[in-house]
Amino acid sequence: MRVLVIEDDQETASFLRRALKEQGHVAEYAADGQTGLELARANAYDVLIVDRMLPKCDGLTVIGSLRAEEIRTPALILSALGEVDDRVKGLRAGGDDYLTKPYAFSELLARIEALARRTSPEEGSTRFVVGDLVLDRLSHKVTRGGEPIILQPREFRLLEYLMKHAGQVVTRTMLLENVWDYHFDPQTNVIDVHVSRLRSKIDKNFATPLLHTVRGAGYTIRDSAH
Amino acid sequence: MTALTKLFRTTTFRLSLTYLALFGAAAALAIFYIYWNTTVLLTRQLHDTIDAELKGLAEQYTAGGLNRLVRTVADRSQTPGNSLYFVADPEGRRVAGNLASITQQLSNSLGPVEFEYSRPAEGGIETRLAFANVFRLPGGYRLIVGRDIEDRRELARVIRSAMMWGLGVMVLFGIGGGYLVSRNLLARIDAVAATSRTIMEGDLTGRLPVNGSGDELDRLSESLNLMLARIEQLMAGLREVSDNIAHDLKTPLNRLRNRVEAALHEPYGEPAYREALEHTIEEADGLIKTFNALLSIARLEAGAGGDNKESLDVAALVRDVAELYEPVAEERGIVLRADQVEPVFVRADRQLLGQAIANLIDNAIKYGAPERVQGGNGSEPEVSVTTEARGPMAEIVVTDRGPGVPSSDRERVLGRFVRLEASRCEPGSGLGLSLVSAVARLHGGSLRLEDNQPGLKVILSLPADTHALVNGAAHQASGQELRPA
Repeated sequence: MRVLVIEDDQETASFLRRALKEQGHVAEYAADGQTGLELARANAYDVLIVDRMLPKCDGLTVIGSLRAEEIRTPALILSALGEVDDRVKGLRAGGDDYLTKPYAFSELLARIEALARRTSPEEGSTRFVVGDLVLDRLSHKVTRGGEPIILQPREFRLLEYLMKHAGQVVTRTMLLENVWDYHFDPQTNVIDVHVSRLRSKIDKNFATPLLHTVRGAGYTIRDSAH
Repeated sequence: MTALTKLFRTTTFRLSLTYLALFGAAAALAIFYIYWNTTVLLTRQLHDTIDAELKGLAEQYTAGGLNRLVRTVADRSQTPGNSLYFVADPEGRRVAGNLASITQQLSNSLGPVEFEYSRPAEGGIETRLAFANVFRLPGGYRLIVGRDIEDRRELARVIRSAMMWGLGVMVLFGIGGGYLVSRNLLARIDAVAATSRTIMEGDLTGRLPVNGSGDELDRLSESLNLMLARIEQLMAGLREVSDNIAHDLKTPLNRLRNRVEAALHEPYGEPAYREALEHTIEEADGLIKTFNALLSIARLEAGAGGDNKESLDVAALVRDVAELYEPVAEERGIVLRADQVEPVFVRADRQLLGQAIANLIDNAIKYGAPERVQGGNGSEPEVSVTTEARGPMAEIVVTDRGPGVPSSDRERVLGRFVRLEASRCEPGSGLGLSLVSAVARLHGGSLRLEDNQPGLKVILSLPADTHALVNGAAHQASGQELRPA
């Protein structure tokens, strides 16, 4: 994955680049909005990581300009401003996701991987398959090894989101935001309990578990046989 | 600036001067008007009297010629009074009348004329003012009929002097009064200024003097005192919060620092470092959470964050949030009930209200489990969330069967970082209810705690949106629009 980091803080930028490289990604870097905009125009990136406050040309303007030029590279906005209003402004400007500083790198990584995947053809597919687990988005039916699994509507959406991002790490915050549409801290490990309920329905009576907990990051659904 | 110039600059003093000028002019006008009218009246009377006399004398003349006229004039001259008569021969000598002589000017004039004449008085001769009508009779004789109008001159003099004295006294009293009033007011203002200066220097307990007269200055001082009280209260709140921050943020920071320091001295190498680092991240995450919550509360209390209000069905939002918490409740053996389907609409920010409801439910689940009484007589571990329209308000009521909050603490637990001893064993920042309270205030509502007998009853009351029933359904969907997936 080729990532452009537009961030004026040297230390943060070099940390991000090193960490992304460790994960096997190619990370390029621009220290101000102007340079960032030029790089994003000239090269094909999979994801942009844009700091909201930048010298010369702020993050929202960079994204706004790109969108005006029909450049649809997914963009994650990083900001110290974390209120709902700020989020809404960021997403309205054309950002695809919004992450508040300070953040965990695992959260950032999970989010940019999810963003990069959005441009892939799987996004629009009506059937998700992981191993012998099949989710049909049209009939709202889930089967494992041919056996039907009965899910509550919310469990279905949870599984749908996990399967859409199969093989990727999905964080608890991403689940809360995308499955429940809540952008606040629920104080308790509510998501964990929902996931473990789902897990008991899809994994309990089967030899190979599909839904895995990624320590310190979140969850992932994948067929470990592959 | 000397005390006197300061005094002259006061509004009251300037006002006094202005009013003085206005009243002076008005008084002068009034007096002049009276004088003028009196004069006109007297003049008319004078003319009438002279005309009547002339008429009489004319009759005498017609009847008996000059001789008769002279006789009549001589007769009338004997009668004491203000009437003046004079009949002069062609040379201007006196033929009859009570005037000693006439001046050349008088004898040459004709018609109405004002003149001065002399007459004997006590201790000499006095000059008096008179008014007369001069007639020319055939043969060069002249008849002068007039009246003494010295009284009228006297009246004018009296009025003039009255006006002078009156205005003088008025000016004196006006300036004196203005001075006294201004000095009094200035003293009070100076007292207020002095007090406010001491307050500015940091003594927030100072209050402006109120003398109990209830006048405008008193009322102003009272309002300012109320403002000062509010400021003092806010400052106290701020101080309390900074103390709390010092405690609730510094303690974990210190713990974090100690742990890192201890890890550095750890002889066991990498696994120990790793563990220490993991703890550090955990601790940092906790700090970030507390910090975020504090910032949110501060922003909400400053009135920010209300830009995304929409009309939404609280009952639906309550069901939605309850569904999020239901598995956690079940894990703890608590029945979470929120099954009301009847919609109740409010205008609110979905995220903020969602967070508030989440905090209430989270609290109820954490602290609302009944204490296990020996013999199993405890009540059903149940948390119930209901939404109802009560008059103009929509009330979200969260009840539990836990130990509740003693009535003396109910106000206090809404404050930041306040945690009751009983809850210390559960993780939490003590900011949950403060945030709910701030959200309630931002939406024009309130948060109150009551006794659920047993347990705690928390009531989040928000103004209901009565116009929402028609388009409520449309708004239900709008919560989805920001979803990136």
